[in-house]
Amino acid sequence: MTASPNLMSNLLTILIFLPLAGAFALFFLPKENGRAIKHFTLLVTLVEFLLSIPVLTNFDGATAAMQFTQKFAWIPQFGISYNVGVDGISLWLLMLTTFIMPIAVLSTYAAIEKHVKEFMIFMLLLEVGMVGVFLAIDLFLFYIFWELVLIPMYFLIGVWGGERRIYAAVKFFIYTFLGSVLMLVAILALYFYNYKVTGVYTTELSALYNLNIPVKMQFWMFLAFGLAFAFKVPMFPFHTWLPDAHVEAPTAGSVILAAVLLKMGTYGFLRLAMPLFPVATFDLMPFVTALAVIGIIYGALVAMVQKDIKKLVAYSSVSHLGFVMLGLFALNIEGIEGGILQMINHGISTGALFLGVGIIYERSHTRQIADFGGIAKIVPLFTLIFMIVTFSSIGLPGMNGFVGEFLIMLGAFKTSQTATVFAASGVILAAVYMLWMAQRVLFGKLTNAHKLHLTDMNLREIAYMAPLVLFIFWIGIYPQPFLRKMDASVNAFVVQIHAKRQAAIAATPAGETLLARYFDVRK
Amino acid sequence: MVGPLSNIHEYLWLILAFPLAGVVLNGIIALVAERPLLLPADDHGHDDHGHGGHGDEHGAHHETPGYRKLVAFIAPAMIFAAFVVALLSVIQLAQMPAESRTVVQTLFTWIQSGGLSVSVALQLDPLSSVMILVVTGVGFLIHVYSVGYMSHEPAFARFFFYLNLFMFSMLTLVLGSSYLLMFVGWEGVGLCSYLLIGFWYEKDSASTAGKKAFVVNRVGDFGFLLAMFLVFWNFGTLNYTDVMARIPALQHSGILTAGLATAITLLMFVGATGKSAQIPLYIWLPDAMEGPTPVSALIHAATMVTAGVYMVARSNALFMLAPFTMGTVAVIGAATAIFAASMGICQKDIKRVLAYSTVSQLGYMFLACGVGAFTAGVFHLMTHAFFKALLFLGSGSVIHAMSGEQDMMKMGSLRKHTPITFYTMFIGTLAIAGIPGLAGFFSKDEILWKAYSSSHGSPVLWAVAAVAAGTTAFYMFRLIFLTFFGASRIDKEVEKHVHESPFSMTIPLMVLAVLSICGGWIGVPAALGGLNHFEKWLEPIFEGGHKAAAVATEALSHGATAAVHGAAAHHDPMEFILMGASVAVALFGIAIAYYLYMVRPEKPAKIAEANPNLYRLVYNKYFVDELYEWLIIRRIVNGSVWLWQMFDVQFIDAMVNGVAKTVRSAGDETRKIQTGVVGNYAFSILLGAVFIVGYLIWR
Repeated sequence: MTASPNLMSNLLTILIFLPLAGAFALFFLPKENGRAIKHFTLLVTLVEFLLSIPVLTNFDGATAAMQFTQKFAWIPQFGISYNVGVDGISLWLLMLTTFIMPIAVLSTYAAIEKHVKEFMIFMLLLEVGMVGVFLAIDLFLFYIFWELVLIPMYFLIGVWGGERRIYAAVKFFIYTFLGSVLMLVAILALYFYNYKVTGVYTTELSALYNLNIPVKMQFWMFLAFGLAFAFKVPMFPFHTWLPDAHVEAPTAGSVILAAVLLKMGTYGFLRLAMPLFPVATFDLMPFVTALAVIGIIYGALVAMVQKDIKKLVAYSSVSHLGFVMLGLFALNIEGIEGGILQMINHGISTGALFLGVGIIYERSHTRQIADFGGIAKIVPLFTLIFMIVTFSSIGLPGMNGFVGEFLIMLGAFKTSQTATVFAASGVILAAVYMLWMAQRVLFGKLTNAHKLHLTDMNLREIAYMAPLVLFIFWIGIYPQPFLRKMDASVNAFVVQIHAKRQAAIAATPAGETLLARYFDVRK
Repeated sequence: MVGPLSNIHEYLWLILAFPLAGVVLNGIIALVAERPLLLPADDHGHDDHGHGGHGDEHGAHHETPGYRKLVAFIAPAMIFAAFVVALLSVIQLAQMPAESRTVVQTLFTWIQSGGLSVSVALQLDPLSSVMILVVTGVGFLIHVYSVGYMSHEPAFARFFFYLNLFMFSMLTLVLGSSYLLMFVGWEGVGLCSYLLIGFWYEKDSASTAGKKAFVVNRVGDFGFLLAMFLVFWNFGTLNYTDVMARIPALQHSGILTAGLATAITLLMFVGATGKSAQIPLYIWLPDAMEGPTPVSALIHAATMVTAGVYMVARSNALFMLAPFTMGTVAVIGAATAIFAASMGICQKDIKRVLAYSTVSQLGYMFLACGVGAFTAGVFHLMTHAFFKALLFLGSGSVIHAMSGEQDMMKMGSLRKHTPITFYTMFIGTLAIAGIPGLAGFFSKDEILWKAYSSSHGSPVLWAVAAVAAGTTAFYMFRLIFLTFFGASRIDKEVEKHVHESPFSMTIPLMVLAVLSICGGWIGVPAALGGLNHFEKWLEPIFEGGHKAAAVATEALSHGATAAVHGAAAHHDPMEFILMGASVAVALFGIAIAYYLYMVRPEKPAKIAEANPNLYRLVYNKYFVDELYEWLIIRRIVNGSVWLWQMFDVQFIDAMVNGVAKTVRSAGDETRKIQTGVVGNYAFSILLGAVFIVGYLIWR
């Protein structure tokens, strides 16, 4: 790649603002011409994806430092700057976002008929927010983008959703907004604490990482940030907005929600909550791990008994994201790399599952498992693709899910054997709920054929499923390129968080209990 | 050998590449040429001429379409090619000195993260060479057979796509050089088993059986996974050679205790009970008979289900360190052997009899491993692959002749119509019954002898296994008599079409019959004047286990090694006595079968009537499936519904909705302060922020 250095230094900024420009341009397209609007949006997201490729190819996996950084003073009197960069942790989430967007847009071609223009504007605004969240290395900027994501998604569900869309949208909003408020409070507290210690107002992450925050303050701040992120992930027991949001959201909304939005939560832990508050991270690790494992099992069990395919997939997300959290809080390289990889895997596999559900829903207008049965006979290609995705979700070796889950459990086993034993039972349950669903939908006698109006996948649908299937096998068979780009960053993360924790332990009196440390409870 | 082939071990990867090529080619054919024909909208039916997109066939003559011929060639040819490479590789391996017979070919790094580094690498050693020869050899014969057996099947290419994929997975399982690669193959064969059991997916029973097989296997995989984690965090590697090499050092440093070895091996054995259908996870195998019969022969008799035995044999050095696990393996193996044999007694479905027989024979293999006779276990694995594949394919030939009928009560006198099937199946039955001279005799007898004489063995284990052997002889001859002898009970309509199968089916039967006779001769024990080449061949694999065990029990070190070699050198007269006893038991079983089904054919029904409850219990497989359904499955499903309704809907959502309601009513009150003046809002926000921040600073 021999792009001009000028382009390289502005690349991340271009990636953030290109969709914004696209959304702006959409205002001037006549709203009657839905097809042109769709084509234009597809073009914008494709260009965005193509522009993100140089980031990947020029990314140096040997260094943990932020790359492609760009910084402007924004509100200098408050120390707030526009500051973006990418490292081995955010790189693949950026790529996932730019990769999944054209696919999501392509999936709307037959599904979205009303208010196409507004829909596409929201889609592009969503992309601005998501890309921004993963690239921001300024706390305030991060928060702005974090909030920016909330609004378009609220409308995507509330306007283009199913029957109970208003309820789902409001629920989504309440949860996420509550999280945002908590995070804002913690951000302000951190901001002023930093000023108190250093005498400088700044929201720059690299500066805040160096703070030695008192353990008691770490605890509360971790809780505030952690809750905001846990709502988003979502972790058990804060997950109940997800099934409703998924069921009501249009296919493209579900795909983006599952593939990218949930990852903002796990990414938040990795980027903010864990490195900023390392002592609290370690102290609360058993608690988070327990919730993660409960999520794995609970999500799987509840998924098993769902009657609506989309709801089943939504609950399976709770289970899968439990695995991601388990990996991140293993706090070793295997677990964290597995966790990051599993974020990508979940984006691909669950994204593809929602697309698959969308394909049969568009034709049959039902998502009830009981309405289907034996459709393999009339939609063989769909069956093939859907089974590949199903087994990827189950974590069959040779496909993407296995590599992530294996590394997660391997890492977690080192940290907590009990948790891993329970988590591994999720592997059994995943096979139960996915294969049971597949059996009831695809196999058996075809009874309802005339009512379902099913036809096999068309070229457009093949076009957006094919890249997902490609990555399912690529990551499964040769994950090296993906893992190697993370190495330096994850390594540095693990080293730093352990070092900070060691320092904190050295400073605390021997035999101090958690209660004593955080609540002044003395014996 | 000359030129580039001078070192065939550089081409080990071809053993995997050939079946993989078959997968790709058959997959493409299935997708491009076959899929359009299968759609109900298309009106092709049986009259499928002149398609395939080549336009090379004209006219209305009823001919096998080109793509089917292509599949019928590619699928077996790829397996044959793999067999040839495997054979050449093993020949070259045999020419190497015994102590250096381990060849590892690394292809590429697969997963590397932190301390973990796993390569895709193939390991050829005496153990894997036995496995690849059995898998590719028997696999090839079954592929040839399938071409004939599946000739009326519309989804012909899809079938061979799955079958080739199975071969690829199975060869990965046995050739992989690490536990993780074994796991890849392990799950891969599980996938193929799922796909092939549910091959006729329109049948509910078939798709249910496929799902059941996969899920039950996953229960086993859970143990396998955890075993891998324990191995990795204690040995720092998952490669076989590294694990084995580090055993002595870890023993000395006190990390590898009997407790750790027990934990690892018990978890591995959980995996093995799933894949190899042992108590308590055997329940999927009888249902797996829903798949096409060649599948039952290949996957559910000859190869896949023996993966657990392979795993235990592969890890023998770890198992030998865990006496508790060894005892468990032996007891589970013996219990499964007799339990499954008893279930085979009164089954009416010819394939189900063979299915229970397979479960029972796998029990023998585990019994062998459990008493430390790994060689005997692997030997029986091989001979069983020959005669059980033969029996299954024979039953397939019977079913083929009977237009799909599987109930033995509707058969009889078939030997006149299907002589080749009869004679070959009869040979297979003699072999499994343990008639001296045939393959099954040598392997089974060695297991029985070791069950008695080994330091891990006991007379009880021997007695259980001997009774199971007698039962086996009984139910197998019952099968033969009901199917091939006596008066015909065949449906008149069906009887018109009864015919011997085509050569593509009978030739594999004949080859397997020869193997069922001669296959045991490479392992004739010293007691019978044999050289036992098989034991010598596998010695390098299993001496590690004996050494490790010797270190663990320092005091017994001399005794242990002496016992191993002593057994070979000096012949205990007891060996001959027990040999005679087991043959007598087998003959007794045959005699009862002869009496009940040839001399007094009305008797069995009377016996069943006299003991209705016992009959019902055995015929319904002791109601174990029902017990699992009631005890586990229903509870989990109901519990999940309860969780969802109580927790998600009643508790959390009620709380969230409650909050929303409170907010709304509060909003009704507080909207009075909504003035619409932006300045007021800004002031409130500022006030709030100041309050919060003030609190934090002041605190």
